[in-house]
Amino acid sequence: MLLIPCPFCGARDETEFAYGGDAGVERPTDPEAATDEAWTDYLCFHDNPKGPHRELWFHRDGCRRWLEVERDTWTHELGAVRLSRP
Amino acid sequence: MRRQPFRAAEGGHLIDRTEPLRFDFDGHRHEGYRGDSLASGLLAAGVRIVARSFKYHRPRGVWGFGPEEPNAMVTTGVREEARPNLKATEVPLSEGLEAFGQNAWPSVSWDLGGAAGLAGGLMPAGFYYKTFMAPARWWPALYEPLIRRMAGFGPAPSAPDDAFYAKRRIHADVLVAGGGPAGVAAALAAARAGARVVLADENVRFGGDLLRAPGEIDEGDGLDWIDTAVAELEAMSHVRLLRRATVAGYYDHNLLTVAERPGGEAPAGAPAARLWFVRARDVVIAAGAHERPLLFDGNDRPGVMSASAAGGYAHAYGVLAGRNAVVAGNNDSIYRVARLLRSAGVGIAAVADTRSGGDIRDLPCRAGGTVERVLGSRRVRGVLLRRADGRAGDKGERIACDLVAVSGGWSPAVHLHAQARGSLGYNEERGLILPDRPGGANRSAGAAAGRFDLDGCLAEGWTAGVAAAASSGHERPAGEPPRSPDRSAWEAPVFWQTGGGKRFVDLQYDVTAADVDLAAREGYRSVEHVKRYTALGMGTDQGKTSGMAGLVLLSEALGRPVARTGTTTFRPPYTPVPMAAMASGLIGEGRDALRRTAADDWHEARGALFTAAGLWRRPRYYPREGMDEEEAISAEVRETRAGVGIVDVGTLGKVDIQGRDAAAFLDLLYANRMSSLKTGRGRYGLMLREDGRVFDDGVVMRLGENHFYLTTTTAHQHEAMQHIELLLQTVWPELEVYATDVTEHWFAAALAGPGSRALLGRAAPELDLSDDAFPMMAVRAATVAGLSALVFRMSFSGELSYEIAVPADQGLALWTRLLTEGREDGLTPYGTEAMGTMRIEKGHVTHAEADGRTTPDDLGLGRMVRAEGPGIGKRSLELPALRRKGRQQLVGLSVIDGEARIPPGCQVVESDDMKPAPPLGHVTSFCYSPTLGRALALALVENGRARTGQTVYIASPMIDLSMAAEIVSPVFYDAQGTRLHG
Ligand SMILES: [Zn+2]
Repeated sequence: MLLIPCPFCGARDETEFAYGGDAGVERPTDPEAATDEAWTDYLCFHDNPKGPHRELWFHRDGCRRWLEVERDTWTHELGAVRLSRP
Repeated sequence: MRRQPFRAAEGGHLIDRTEPLRFDFDGHRHEGYRGDSLASGLLAAGVRIVARSFKYHRPRGVWGFGPEEPNAMVTTGVREEARPNLKATEVPLSEGLEAFGQNAWPSVSWDLGGAAGLAGGLMPAGFYYKTFMAPARWWPALYEPLIRRMAGFGPAPSAPDDAFYAKRRIHADVLVAGGGPAGVAAALAAARAGARVVLADENVRFGGDLLRAPGEIDEGDGLDWIDTAVAELEAMSHVRLLRRATVAGYYDHNLLTVAERPGGEAPAGAPAARLWFVRARDVVIAAGAHERPLLFDGNDRPGVMSASAAGGYAHAYGVLAGRNAVVAGNNDSIYRVARLLRSAGVGIAAVADTRSGGDIRDLPCRAGGTVERVLGSRRVRGVLLRRADGRAGDKGERIACDLVAVSGGWSPAVHLHAQARGSLGYNEERGLILPDRPGGANRSAGAAAGRFDLDGCLAEGWTAGVAAAASSGHERPAGEPPRSPDRSAWEAPVFWQTGGGKRFVDLQYDVTAADVDLAAREGYRSVEHVKRYTALGMGTDQGKTSGMAGLVLLSEALGRPVARTGTTTFRPPYTPVPMAAMASGLIGEGRDALRRTAADDWHEARGALFTAAGLWRRPRYYPREGMDEEEAISAEVRETRAGVGIVDVGTLGKVDIQGRDAAAFLDLLYANRMSSLKTGRGRYGLMLREDGRVFDDGVVMRLGENHFYLTTTTAHQHEAMQHIELLLQTVWPELEVYATDVTEHWFAAALAGPGSRALLGRAAPELDLSDDAFPMMAVRAATVAGLSALVFRMSFSGELSYEIAVPADQGLALWTRLLTEGREDGLTPYGTEAMGTMRIEKGHVTHAEADGRTTPDDLGLGRMVRAEGPGIGKRSLELPALRRKGRQQLVGLSVIDGEARIPPGCQVVESDDMKPAPPLGHVTSFCYSPTLGRALALALVENGRARTGQTVYIASPMIDLSMAAEIVSPVFYDAQGTRLHG
């Protein structure tokens, strides 16, 4: 079980968090102007790398902040943990 | 005859001879001592056959000393107290213990299934795959019962186990796995350095190998040194010692599980088993090593035993595993065992060392000799020794004995190291699989790292303890590591086997050397495949004794080096963990926190039947004297529609939204516009997921220019709040909006029915309830029943209705005062069933309809969606897949037969011939409508709205049911909404 160092609460068990997926996915600023293809890419087609991955974790049972966590999907090693869009 | 014929006159540091205990094995009464294991008690009593093997039902005796035991599988207790698949070596003896050998009927010593053993050779590798192949129809009647009876690993308990099991979660700077010399030295070093230490060992007493054989530490007895060290550790408040506790699993980020089984007569209140979760900064793996067997014909006979175990039974329990022993092996540890056995009173018939030269004057040595075959069919009667180098003309030597103590060398317990994804290396010279690079903050020490001499174990343990403490910033402790003159290394570089006969590799699963050969000949190359094909290492001992032998045999058969064959994956748990300990806290009462609304006490006193809604419990309905469930629910509906009812809606999610950009944010959050709301007014709102599906619905009230109050469904309150926080924190962080979950802060009750205006009018006399002053979807602050409240005019039931919210601590007062005030109006409390019935009659959707696949248009709510704007989910509604024809749409189904009732889980089909056919859709909600006098359903039906007026069938093929229904508008009742005005 991961131990995620929350910048507010300290190191906490993974069970306190909710997973939020790829942190690198940008919402199109003008959805109406996006083509169907661009919009579907944004919705469904995300990378699934083996190795380093930037992803969102929500500290649900703690400070309730969405965090951006660098995690190696192969080793589960964590890198930097920071606020998402501080 | 003496009651413990194989108990030595003295000796045994684990037992208390002043306290005899009686126990039963397979219905026979025996006697042992406090401190015995079941295995030592059985050996002392002279019981040699303790189980039957899994496949051939061959008689089996005790082989090992601890968790590596492959043979002595027992069940303790009967019926609901039956605990199957325990290792006799791990069961502490207790007064009145009842135990049974497994895999045999009627008993292990007289087993009918043993006939399979007579026909030995009929069940080769892959036997099950090859034999029970076809025809498939033979499976249920023939194969499955046969396999189950033959392969049973003891009976499952016949009733729920009501013993107490527990879990605990703790943090530590250093977890030390294993309390032998290396582990205790490590714990001592780390604890003296100031680190918070947890030391866990599987035995009742710390000491590891010193329990089985004496050793010298710091110029004194080794066990005495251990006891002194343990006493020092016990006195430190930052140290926790766990006995009879096995470190079983090593998971990500240094989370380890420790399975503690106090066993025996544990003190009152102690759990039968406890699973510890230890988050450790650093881990010292001092798990020891497992003795390897020798492969020879008949090496599974009762009386053939691990040499260190045979010595251990003598030293720790004063138990003689035989009267006359042959000790055989390929390393120096056999001499230690031979002397231990001799001093306990066992005759030493021969000591056969496969290596030449190791001749020791005081023992009857056979240098360069080995066991070729065991004599005796049910138990050992002697052995045939031969020269190990296979010299021609060697006729062999028959030696009578009743115990064959064997040592094929030692395999370091690398399990935890490997579970942590550390890499392993094969040391060709030493014939050992050793920990290489650790995965995570851990270090192996002592025998687990391939150090077999006591002095080396102590030194390595100490060093590991110092290093592990340093991980959490603790400086090197004062003092020197303990020392021992014992520097004997039990190197056993050559894997030993003799050819021919029944040579068992895996005793538990009856896998022989020939099976491994056969698997190789049949083309299996991967060690993982061979494991599954032969079942080698798949028993509850997980190959602790057999793994290395299998690996070497396979490599030889394939003609490739052991290093290239590699090992199978080491997976947790290291030893079996009771399911009940894992389930502790996850089943039964206490699994979830129970949320009760402020009026819960009243509901309970009123005798409400409750239903779960998320973590909440809500009244389903209030049972009535002389009425069945449907009648009671129907009465609640009728009385509400005709007069006035009250329902507890305190469970709805409630969110307070404030800030300069609150209105703009709500336009993005909801599919419909919220910024146009006037203060004091509210609007029904739809939240979409970004993929365009309906996520949640509720009401948004504008309390001020920059202040809103919104409700979510009970089911999605947490997800909705998480969704709001995601948007505010990651998508539109520039918006100044503060969202606060106030679900717990407010209690709410809804008054519904034509009589609600009169009742509320008396409870809130200063409030003008006329349609003009207080129209639909308006919100007013008011004093209700003497309490300061917010009153919303909205309706879920379709009747004139007001929702009254007060701070939660005044909820019960509001509820009871309204009930008192409403006595003269005939105010009826109703539950979720009546509420659901009325909402189905009105065609309101819930999560049964908004099931994560439906769009607003599917639900008939397409008009609510504001066309323009960047709100969440709206762009997706333009995608072709969400606009295509033929999607399922919400419809009402009016059942034609007024007496019919709809069961759960029904499909909607075109014909009533009950032939398999793709359904048009499915029923999402159903009820009996007392208002319309028939069963109603909401359903999602392909092109549903275009089918209005058609007759379809509500079908449940599982119960052979089909009923005709007409497709109608989902709003079954009061389509014009005139009743909303009372
Ligand atoms: Zn936090």
